[in-house]
Amino acid sequence: MSSPIAHWDPEYQRRAATIVERYPDVRSAVMPLLYLASLHHGHVTEEAMEEVAALTGLTAAQVQSVASFYTMYKRERVGRYLVSVCTSISCFLRGADEVLAAVEGATGVVDGETDDEGLFTVEHVECIGACGGAPALQVNYEFVEGVTPAKAAELCRWLRDARPEVVLGDEMQLLFGGRPSFDPGAPEPEGAIAPVPAFGPYGSARPGTGGGR
Amino acid sequence: MTERILTARMEAHPADSHTLARYEATGGYTALRKALGEMSPADVAAEVKASNLRGRGGAGFPTGVKWGFLPEDLRPRYLVVNADESEPGTFKDRILLERDPHQLVEGIALASYALDVHHAFVYVRGEYPKPARRLQRAVDEAYEAGYLGTNILGSGFDLEVTIHLGAGAYICGEETALLNSLEGRRGEPRIKPPFPAVAGLYAKPTIVNNVETISTVPWIVAHGGRAYAAIGPERSCGTRLFSLSGHVNRPGDYEIVMGMTWRDLIFDVGGGIPDGKALKAWIPGGASAPWFVPDEHLDTFVTIDDCAAAGSMLGSGAVVVMDETTDVVAAAHRIVKFFAHESCGQCTPCREGTTWMERILWRILHGEGRPADLDLLLDVADNISPGLRWPPAMTTICPLGPSAVSPITSIMRYFRDEVEAKITRGATVG
Repeated sequence: MSSPIAHWDPEYQRRAATIVERYPDVRSAVMPLLYLASLHHGHVTEEAMEEVAALTGLTAAQVQSVASFYTMYKRERVGRYLVSVCTSISCFLRGADEVLAAVEGATGVVDGETDDEGLFTVEHVECIGACGGAPALQVNYEFVEGVTPAKAAELCRWLRDARPEVVLGDEMQLLFGGRPSFDPGAPEPEGAIAPVPAFGPYGSARPGTGGGR
Repeated sequence: MTERILTARMEAHPADSHTLARYEATGGYTALRKALGEMSPADVAAEVKASNLRGRGGAGFPTGVKWGFLPEDLRPRYLVVNADESEPGTFKDRILLERDPHQLVEGIALASYALDVHHAFVYVRGEYPKPARRLQRAVDEAYEAGYLGTNILGSGFDLEVTIHLGAGAYICGEETALLNSLEGRRGEPRIKPPFPAVAGLYAKPTIVNNVETISTVPWIVAHGGRAYAAIGPERSCGTRLFSLSGHVNRPGDYEIVMGMTWRDLIFDVGGGIPDGKALKAWIPGGASAPWFVPDEHLDTFVTIDDCAAAGSMLGSGAVVVMDETTDVVAAAHRIVKFFAHESCGQCTPCREGTTWMERILWRILHGEGRPADLDLLLDVADNISPGLRWPPAMTTICPLGPSAVSPITSIMRYFRDEVEAKITRGATVG
């Protein structure tokens, strides 16, 4: 039988094999494989869930029951830049609602929606662990802390104009952020290539490398 | 008060505290060398027990005692590090992951050796890709240098470490929900017993410990459990990371010896309230915790037991400060909205109750409150957490539902006039 992901990029196929090897039980690979499948498909499509099911010996319904539980598995089209504005208590106390409004204004995209061009998705999210740098947001899950409504709007316009291939948290923090939760130490030369958490096999890259590690 | 255990390296070496070179140059992995060379697994466990270290994830359960719950004869055993930091107001594991990941890796190796574990997992929340990258690099470096993998430092001890990314569900911070998630299932809490120590990951004996807890283990092994127990108050010994946020002049992570007062923590450590405003209330231990107010609690001691005695909890060490301008109904609504969103939906009182409490608070907030709403709110709350006591009684599998009750009982106890005024004003306008 041919591989259910034979049509994937060979690099992604290799990563899928690495993921499966990591766990004593193949079912544990469902979550990381869902991230990898959304890199291939752009989001968690029906086909993606069927592929993950075939790789793990589950039914597509079982995979869907997992995918639908977690907010970071996007089952609808997502823009190239996913702007997630934290509106939980610490950010709320520091003006998060005004930041969200500014992001909506600058992108022309209301909370929970994606624009026609597929450039921006805007969402409000629950606490992202950046409370000391409130109000905070993430672009493709890379942090920008201590923002203001004006700076957040500027960030969105910069994304629209510069269209960075790799979204770098430290670069955005420097250009558009304020006080962070803590001193970040040395700059991080790595970032996200898609609206998927940029970790290990799931879409992280150094600028100029054109893909993952 | 200036003792630094967890944050000493990152303070002294901000540029490279996360690298193996810096970690080794500042005494890193000597505790592991010592343990594997001179100590039995039981010796290491005995030091952790003697340290009186209490878990830093929120519940404050003594770590050494938890380790003792593993059945003698069942193998394999697993260690799972809980890095699903999601309690609103909390960002202290993030700094440990980003700035001193090798400290955690060494702690994982030591704990695994003590517990006869050969495969450890770290469950990092999905919104923490940068911390996860830093940790993965540290794990890779540790394999390369022989601190992880097979025959570690020639001792014959083998250990694999796998980092697993969550995907945006607060409930996975609850240990049994975390285990379900790690098994590739929906992150729904399990009914206990059995406890994870008996039947955890893949139904095998499993210890789940918080990032900060495990990061403390290298110091304990290097300096001895008794030295750790001697720091600070007897039942809340050692240092602890506090996350300060909200209306304070100096928000951030602070490592302090427990035992100072809330006045010290908010006004000295946190620099007081911005713009000379007055303090109205604060949350002492994450969004789940009942609030404290200046009239009653400023001189309460910041210890696990003193907070419990005062009707709240030190929880995850997340302190959220609210100044006099804070609309407490809006703040409570925001917290209840969080829990309504994060309820896993298994238990009816939580799934329905958090949703209705959020809706009732929303209408009070927007001038549509009804005089009967106060009793209705408390009635719904009482169905989730009968008696509205602290620590809460529960009609649910896990404490998420009762956590959503905390902000409601808090505003009703301390700011009932403000809630009533909103309803009266709303009725007048309407």
